[in-house]
Amino acid sequence: MAFIEVRGVHKSFATASATRHVLRDVSLDIERREFVSIVGAMGSGKSTLLSLLAGLTMPDRGTISIGGEPVRGVHRHAAFVFQNYSLLPWFTALENVRLAVEAAFPELTREQQVMRASDALGNVGLGNAIHRRPRQLSGGMRQRVAIARAIATEPQVLFLDDPFGALDALTRETLQQELAGLGSQADRRVTTVMITNSVEEAILLSDRIVPIVPGPPATLGAAIPVELSRPRSVAQLAHDEQATHVRAHVIATLTATPGRLRKHVSGPNASSPVLQAVAKETS
Amino acid sequence: MTKRIINFLLPMCGIALAVVAWWVASRIVTDLPSPVRTWEESKVYILEPLAKRGETDQGILILAYYSLVRVAQGFLLGIVIATPIGFLLGVSPTLTRMFDPIMQVLRPISPLAWLPLGLVLFQKSEPAALFAIAVCSMWPTVINTMLGVRAIPQDYWNVAKVLRLSKMTTFTKIIVPATLPYMFTGYRLSLGIAWLVIVASEMLTGTPGVGGFLWQEYNSLVYAHILLAIITIGVVGFVLDRLMGFAEAKLRAV
Repeated sequence: MAFIEVRGVHKSFATASATRHVLRDVSLDIERREFVSIVGAMGSGKSTLLSLLAGLTMPDRGTISIGGEPVRGVHRHAAFVFQNYSLLPWFTALENVRLAVEAAFPELTREQQVMRASDALGNVGLGNAIHRRPRQLSGGMRQRVAIARAIATEPQVLFLDDPFGALDALTRETLQQELAGLGSQADRRVTTVMITNSVEEAILLSDRIVPIVPGPPATLGAAIPVELSRPRSVAQLAHDEQATHVRAHVIATLTATPGRLRKHVSGPNASSPVLQAVAKETS
Repeated sequence: MTKRIINFLLPMCGIALAVVAWWVASRIVTDLPSPVRTWEESKVYILEPLAKRGETDQGILILAYYSLVRVAQGFLLGIVIATPIGFLLGVSPTLTRMFDPIMQVLRPISPLAWLPLGLVLFQKSEPAALFAIAVCSMWPTVINTMLGVRAIPQDYWNVAKVLRLSKMTTFTKIIVPATLPYMFTGYRLSLGIAWLVIVASEMLTGTPGVGGFLWQEYNSLVYAHILLAIITIGVVGFVLDRLMGFAEAKLRAV
């Protein structure tokens, strides 16, 4: 039995005029310590899927379980990194992280909680900015605080909601590289589900990539394994033959019309707007 | 530099024009004391602001102090009741729908209408005045706190959910800090109303203070002192509003 199991999940939202079916019959298995990226264009329903996995919203039909227990709310040992950082502006970086530590480890003394929080901030390279408030930090630094907040609780599952989406290209690459570095330390690997619209980011970080076939309602394409050795780097991936193959495979699935899944299409279909968006991401 | 001089001169010109208008009006309505006469008859109150000559015949700062103490008590009572109500209405749409009609009806009632009810309830003028101040001044705090809670971005609620914060922690670490700027806007408006109510309630109950002084001097036909009291009420109200505005700006800067 897989660590995270998604079985036949449907989700729709009622709008003023009609019901919008976002996800249809989605099933997915994620193993313990695996890093899985769900890749899709904007508005493809990937955020909805992550919210369902994290227990922030409930499916209309189907089941989701983590570690054999059905998901009924936010999992005890799950942590979340949001695209827009979601730090509390009235707290310093340290206080933001300590709030998470306090909630996860109420049995620790205040000093121990502060210690753990500042260690986590040190691990993401913010050792000397711990007393600054979010507004005094750059976007990249804020997202580091958010990552530290997630890691400090020693989660069993990490949900990353397009964590680098709001960052400038240069900062994005640095942080991706650092997260890839954290991921390559085998003893510290945490089961991670990330959603992103960048195929390159997914290849850099993931063990498997699950493309979302655009809907609505969206369905999941077949998972594509990324069997590249770690640590990986962006420069290396640009010329790697296997990476090229994976990239083409993911893009082909993303641009396929629902019901007519084309496999291993190498030539990009230039008329598809989704493809253009994805191609821009990867160029 | 020249800009600062202009910033200072323009309000001064405005004040000078208002005094001229006052002087013109005093030539037409003979009962209205002119600015000079007002100053002549009032200067003892202003130049000896802390003097105590009799129960109501005291320096202007002493009179303002009596009123301010009463306002502070009534205002604090009002916001102590209003803030929790605002939070409750903010988090519960059901409660809002239940109590919204009552609030809409109670809100426009004048302090002059509440005061007699207070006198009936408490038998004494002092608690009746506090009652009137509290009941009239609480609404802006209730409404602004409620709106503040509703304006909390979904991001912060998600943080509370994802970190699995307890209800108590969510309240103290997220809801209260996120609502604080709105609460202070409410407090500032409430204090303004409390200061309006104090004058009315002192006039009706005859208790010592700026309002009581105003009414007593009207009865003694010392019209210059009425103008003194009016100007004092305006200046004190202005200073209070500025102080609260300053506190509010400090909070928003966080």
